[in-house]
Amino acid sequence: MRFLMKRNYNQDIQLFKYRSTFFWYLALIIGCCLLPLVLDDYITSQLSFICMYSIATVGLMLLTGYTGQISMGHAAFFGIGAYTSAILTSKGVPFLLALPTAGLLAGFIGIFIGLPALRLSGLYLAIATMGFGFIVDEVLVRWESLTNGNMGMMVDPVSIGPLTFETEVQFYYLTLVVLVLTILAAKNILRSPTGRAMIAIRDSEVAAQAMGISMAKYKTMAFAISAFFTGVAGSLYGHKLTFINPESFTILVSIEFLAMIIIGGLGSLHGAVYGAAFIIFLPQLIIMTKDYMPKYLADQTGLESALYGLMIMLFILFEPMGIYGIWRKKKFYFEMFPLYKKDTFKKEKKYFKAERH
Amino acid sequence: MAFFETHNISISFGGLRALERVSFEVNKGEVFSIIGPNGAGKTTIFNCINRYYNLDEGAFIFKDKNIAKVSPHVVADLGISRTFQNIELFKNATVIDNLLLGRHRHRRSNLFMEALFSPSVQRQEIESREKAEEVIDFLDLQAYRDQFVSGLPYGVQKTVELGRALAMEPELLLLDEPSSGMNMEEMEDLSFWITDIKEELGISFLLVEHNMRLVKEISDRVLALNFGVVIAQGTPNEVLGHPEVMKAYLGEEGASTAG
Repeated sequence: MRFLMKRNYNQDIQLFKYRSTFFWYLALIIGCCLLPLVLDDYITSQLSFICMYSIATVGLMLLTGYTGQISMGHAAFFGIGAYTSAILTSKGVPFLLALPTAGLLAGFIGIFIGLPALRLSGLYLAIATMGFGFIVDEVLVRWESLTNGNMGMMVDPVSIGPLTFETEVQFYYLTLVVLVLTILAAKNILRSPTGRAMIAIRDSEVAAQAMGISMAKYKTMAFAISAFFTGVAGSLYGHKLTFINPESFTILVSIEFLAMIIIGGLGSLHGAVYGAAFIIFLPQLIIMTKDYMPKYLADQTGLESALYGLMIMLFILFEPMGIYGIWRKKKFYFEMFPLYKKDTFKKEKKYFKAERH
Repeated sequence: MAFFETHNISISFGGLRALERVSFEVNKGEVFSIIGPNGAGKTTIFNCINRYYNLDEGAFIFKDKNIAKVSPHVVADLGISRTFQNIELFKNATVIDNLLLGRHRHRRSNLFMEALFSPSVQRQEIESREKAEEVIDFLDLQAYRDQFVSGLPYGVQKTVELGRALAMEPELLLLDEPSSGMNMEEMEDLSFWITDIKEELGISFLLVEHNMRLVKEISDRVLALNFGVVIAQGTPNEVLGHPEVMKAYLGEEGASTAG
């Protein structure tokens, strides 16, 4: 464990607490940039999916993990982003403009979805947002002149000026850049008054109001920010698939988003990315381990969804802090190496919780 | 015109009259205590000031402005901060984050600037931290600075709540039973802090308190409530010795023996 001697306030507001942390994150980004050199196209495209889903889950994490407002309708924002961007680019709007517009439109609609959150909480909010998801899904199906209904629509590949992003590797870099920017923005918001206000609303609405935090403003703002990121992710998703139809944005996707942030670890941005990576790679892992399973088990239909469900249950039972919780314990084990005991962790947990975000 | 004025406020819950035409004034830089047996309506007054409840009638005048109809967060924005009877801290945040949340009403940044963490946001953060650090020094919270609130002892949590209210730099501070659950030493600290805050920062206090020794020690004026009705108002000695107050606390018989 390291203790830092702080000598001025600038040290207190730095993004990276230690120089070494900055180094490791830099190494991580460089590593991510080098990955496509050693991986085949298929895995690279899976990595793009991880990046896109991570952008969406960072959005949902801000809303659910930090503001404490559940949403079962995030697939709708994802869909709004995808369709907005697809329609705009088909009309000749450059991608660089269509991407933020997709996010902004989703964010704008998010404001209105945030309004019921002022009166609803918990399960009721979940049902209300789910209803919103159904409505958007239905609109996408029925508004045929714009969305081409159930037939779906083709999406143009991405190009920014002379740069095209048609190959898997190129697209991966695009999603990676957007993901890094998303995480930076989310992190910055979280260490500013708005982010703290969101956490305050999660922990005690009564006290938050007594501190001068307006419920109306910050709850709708949390919905809008969250929807913005999810809309941006949706835009990338559409361009990646090059074909979208309303079936890609059903309630199942919303539930998948929620599963990602719960498995990743609620209340941490790391968790959002871990969760997305885990859920994307889970089917691959199952396929890979199939060869080692007894034949009667491996041939069983529905094996994947059963394992998927089992994983979520096990996480909620044994590691409510998700993958991020496991990661923190492992990190602590190595930092304390010869001295680590289970109880030490429990004791130090309080101290460590402080550095959660 | 008084600094803070409560004007004939009444509120009822169903058939229960919780407050009946209660009026009092708090002057600038004074400690004003409200006492009364359980269920007298003391905390209800606070919750009305904070706009968690709607008044049936009456008005709160704060700095010549009627605040009986504004939104709850506006009350804090105007400079009234409070603590709660059953601690309402942000449990999954550190002590310093809790204090920084107290600084919310002084923010000048908007979301866009914050997403970029622009230099002006950085300056604002540093400024907030300086203020929060002053409060930490004043209340001796250094040891708990980076700890999570949920694991702290009860008395320390109470102090953190006072600190959070102070970090707001309020003009009027509402303290709801600040000494409950505190030991003797913590209580002495508390009475010292309240007097100090009053004298050095000129903050006025509205206090709900059960500990009569503390009330006597720090209050400038006292108001006694029973079943939502004002039964006595005046200096601590006057009110605590008032026969009606004794009757409310000790019953008819007890009051006659004590008197």
